[in-house]
Amino acid sequence: MTQAVWTLVLVPAALYLAGVARSRSPWPVGRTAAWLAGLGCLAVALTGPLAATHGDLRAHMAAHLLLGMVAPVLLVLARPSTLLLRALPAPAARRVSRGLRTAPVRVLTDPFVATGLNAAGLWLLYGTGLLTAMLHSPGLHLLVSVHVLLTGWLATAAVLALDPIGHRRGVVARAVALAAGAAAHDVLAKALYAAPPAGVTGAEAGAQLMYHGGTVVHVLVAALLWRQWYRSRATVRDAERAALPTPA
Amino acid sequence: MTAADPGRPDRRRLLVSGLLFGLGAAGAIDEIVFHQLLHWHHFYDRASGAAGLVSDGLLHAATWSATVAGLALLADVRRRRSFAADTWWGAVLVAAGAFQVWDGVVHHKLLRLHQVRYGVDLTGYDLAWIGAGALVLVAGVLLLRRARTRSAPGAPAP
Repeated sequence: MTQAVWTLVLVPAALYLAGVARSRSPWPVGRTAAWLAGLGCLAVALTGPLAATHGDLRAHMAAHLLLGMVAPVLLVLARPSTLLLRALPAPAARRVSRGLRTAPVRVLTDPFVATGLNAAGLWLLYGTGLLTAMLHSPGLHLLVSVHVLLTGWLATAAVLALDPIGHRRGVVARAVALAAGAAAHDVLAKALYAAPPAGVTGAEAGAQLMYHGGTVVHVLVAALLWRQWYRSRATVRDAERAALPTPA
Repeated sequence: MTAADPGRPDRRRLLVSGLLFGLGAAGAIDEIVFHQLLHWHHFYDRASGAAGLVSDGLLHAATWSATVAGLALLADVRRRRSFAADTWWGAVLVAAGAFQVWDGVVHHKLLRLHQVRYGVDLTGYDLAWIGAGALVLVAGVLLLRRARTRSAPGAPAP
């Protein structure tokens, strides 16, 4: 079990560092730090005390926030696809770039589709008996955890669109998709509080942690999204033109 | 065109920024004052059922998203030198007041999702809640009208 977790952490870390070493242009150290910190969240969530207390919803939610929300933000900020394109030889990079623009990838990385998938996965986990089953099976626990990480990552990547993936929608569409995902998360947290799943302890505190912790990360992602808009070339140029005094 | 007299698209952006921020501020005040400080409102009260859960979750996400978006637009409007205090504050008050009235009338009274306070006679609380919202809304409308007459073409220079 632990071995599988360490493989999930160490292999991506090694691949990323190899990519940085081969990158054609200097790679900002902050992105490498974000990648390693994201993988660190994964290790903390899946090993140690958070993973050991299975029936406690507080520990489960702390792990869920790290896996499904904090780690995805850090992994997105690390821009792994951009690094891949810079590290690969040009012909291979062109093939990857074409792959990133194919129809299935474009559909999956649409912010509404990605956010919907993320929310649907969470509703499946907490709305059915899956949570109770997962608490008693280490294999299922790892599988569900990886799914939570991947769908959270996909949704965050689609909203922030930092990597060259598919088609990038405008800031308003992405902000609305993010808000819709946050609403689904909030409603789910309150539903868990109202009717906790069978066989868990600390349900009320766990649900509140999910709600408030989720809000903090959603506000952070919204701030990153709007900062990106504020600093985008088109918005800056527009503002500079508007700020010029009009000729008399 | 001066700083206090924004052009048409800029004025629209200024209004949208104020409206979004006002909506977010009303939601944040409700959350901070009535949930966290007074404890009159609860994370979940057993009586409100599924509709209350859904509307709470939607509003919570909408108000926080509106706050961030409103502040980003405000930063952009200031950078464009089209910020006008009366227009922006007017929009903030209109949105916050409208939200408060809508919350008081639709959520509390028509849908009965939750109440201002529990275990007391509600008449005074409801009147205060909706009345305060209406006052803020009217103040906002007055501010916006003043801003409009001042920047209207042909108006005497301030």
